[in-house]
Amino acid sequence: MKINYKLALPILFLILAVYPKQIVFCQSISSSELIRNANEYDGKPVTYTGEAIGDIMLRGDFAWVNINDGANALGVWMSASLAKEIEFVGNYKSRGDILEVGGIFHRACLEHGGDMDIHAQALRKLRSGRMFNQQLNPGKKNLSIFLFGALFLIWILTLFRRR
Amino acid sequence: MILKPRLEDLKIIGFYLGKIILGLAFTMAIPIVAGLSFRELNPVLDFLISIEISVFLGLLLVKTCRTEKDLNWMQGMIVVSLSWVVAMFLGAIPLYLSGHWKSFLDACFDAMSGFATTGLILVQDLDHLSYTHNLWRHLIMFLGGQGIVVIALSFFVRGFSGAFKMYVGEARDEKILPNVVHTSRFIWLVSFVYLVLGTLALGVTGIFNGMKPLNSFFHGACIFMAAFDTGGFSPQSQSILYYHSMAYEVITIIIMVLGALNFKLHYQLWMGNRREIFRNIETSTLFITILATFSIVAVGLTQVGSYPSAVTLFRKGFYQLISAHTGTGFQTIYPQQFLIDWNHLALVGVFLAMSLGGAVCSTTGAIKILRIGIIFKAFKEDLKRIIMPERALVIEKFHHVKDVFLEDKLVRSALIITLAYIILYGLGALVGMFYGHPFLNALFESTSAAANVGLSCGITNVAMPATLKVTYIIQMWTGRLEFMSVFTILGFLIAALKGK
Repeated sequence: MKINYKLALPILFLILAVYPKQIVFCQSISSSELIRNANEYDGKPVTYTGEAIGDIMLRGDFAWVNINDGANALGVWMSASLAKEIEFVGNYKSRGDILEVGGIFHRACLEHGGDMDIHAQALRKLRSGRMFNQQLNPGKKNLSIFLFGALFLIWILTLFRRR
Repeated sequence: MILKPRLEDLKIIGFYLGKIILGLAFTMAIPIVAGLSFRELNPVLDFLISIEISVFLGLLLVKTCRTEKDLNWMQGMIVVSLSWVVAMFLGAIPLYLSGHWKSFLDACFDAMSGFATTGLILVQDLDHLSYTHNLWRHLIMFLGGQGIVVIALSFFVRGFSGAFKMYVGEARDEKILPNVVHTSRFIWLVSFVYLVLGTLALGVTGIFNGMKPLNSFFHGACIFMAAFDTGGFSPQSQSILYYHSMAYEVITIIIMVLGALNFKLHYQLWMGNRREIFRNIETSTLFITILATFSIVAVGLTQVGSYPSAVTLFRKGFYQLISAHTGTGFQTIYPQQFLIDWNHLALVGVFLAMSLGGAVCSTTGAIKILRIGIIFKAFKEDLKRIIMPERALVIEKFHHVKDVFLEDKLVRSALIITLAYIILYGLGALVGMFYGHPFLNALFESTSAAANVGLSCGITNVAMPATLKVTYIIQMWTGRLEFMSVFTILGFLIAALKGK
């Protein structure tokens, strides 16, 4: 069967235009693998998955987002419009969005002072983050009350001894 | 004949140790206030429990060992070395209660690393740690950098002659002002003024970098404490790499260098004597050693072609080098990159910088540049003696606030401490090698622990054997106190066992 290139090329462009994310994302690579084999991946497109942590640091039309995959956090340089998709960042009070980033990996980025980073081209939110439930730990509460009572007792005993 | 310690010795040690514990308990109120402001209730409970245990222990010692007697040299040294061990245990309680440390040993490791201003860490999931615990991690660096005993002397202990013995025991043999309590207070004054200025500078930079104001100033205060006290902890797991900012790197370099300078020099600068910075043996030695070690690092990195341009090579190489030389331990690369992207020559450059350290009477660890300067002068004097006629009188001087004649006892003392540090670096490396790490990696990590630096090539992690963790804890403790008070406690234990 002959392939009709005149028809196939526009279809291919259409697919690229409509579904860029599906094409950019491939098998996700861990931060440890990226750091260990940085020379191999340098300048190549990679997919990296992890939790957005700390701050979304806007720098003009771009932003730095640090993404932690559980082993290390890597800096991801992305457009401010992509960064707007991030709702939660990880800290003590919240679990950050789990993001899948497709972009170019740099072992020592010339643009960013030699930092190891990823320049994101696409971003997909795999799981939305959430606020943690802040409940008082009853065990800790009881222990602190018990210790406070013990200290109070010592203080009373000291007063009696003085008299 | 070795004399067994008397009950009275134990009582005096217990009494002053109790006072220092009470002082430490008081400092735990700071994270409690912060925790309440940030509405972090469980972390507040962690500190409430820790403060109660500390006050209980402190009161117990003060009440049962009450005495009016002053400390002698041996007792002063033991109080200091024990204070650091007790501070480690008590400081580790809130850390362990947070659930971010896998074992109490790991929490003790980080507490000693904090107090001794080392910066090696075993904390898990640091990016989700509360503000309260993060503040404590950095506060213990601030307290340990100035000295736990210095705190007690400044705020909790009234002037007594034993104060100087404890002050010396904490590796601060130089008095800035005639009175040791005034000296301690001056150290705090300098630290607080720089704290305000440094936090402002880092906080504003953080805002320009796109951080939220509250987070930016919190990070600013934490990073200042870790940089000025040459500690190296950071609120996020990526260390300084988190900020992706050259301005942040430049400011932290300035703060690290300020922290590595002698408080005596700070005093001279505050008094308007700016010429001292150019004449002092410590600053000139520091300048030469930075230049020499950076040259080694630069040649190494050029050989291996780790960085795509001279600017990036300088930015990465110089930052890690200054961090190593000042004993801070901030990193703008991942620990594994030391082994993957840097060659042995560059690593040796960083290792040499770590082993030398900053000024005496500063917050840095390691051999210290005054001793290096003195040893260099002694070599120069000996060379002159060989070259010049036998009848010639060779006199060597150096400038350290005032002109000082190079005497044999000065050289001897500098050489002994240098030798002790080299042995300490070597012993830690031996333990590392025993657990299968290559020589250079083991020596790098051991030096980082003993010199209170905190740079890691990846050996320090939660999975490392408990023996190695304990080895590094002992190295951090011994390295911070510069041996004398640690040796005294060993002597005291031997006397207790074998004495009559």
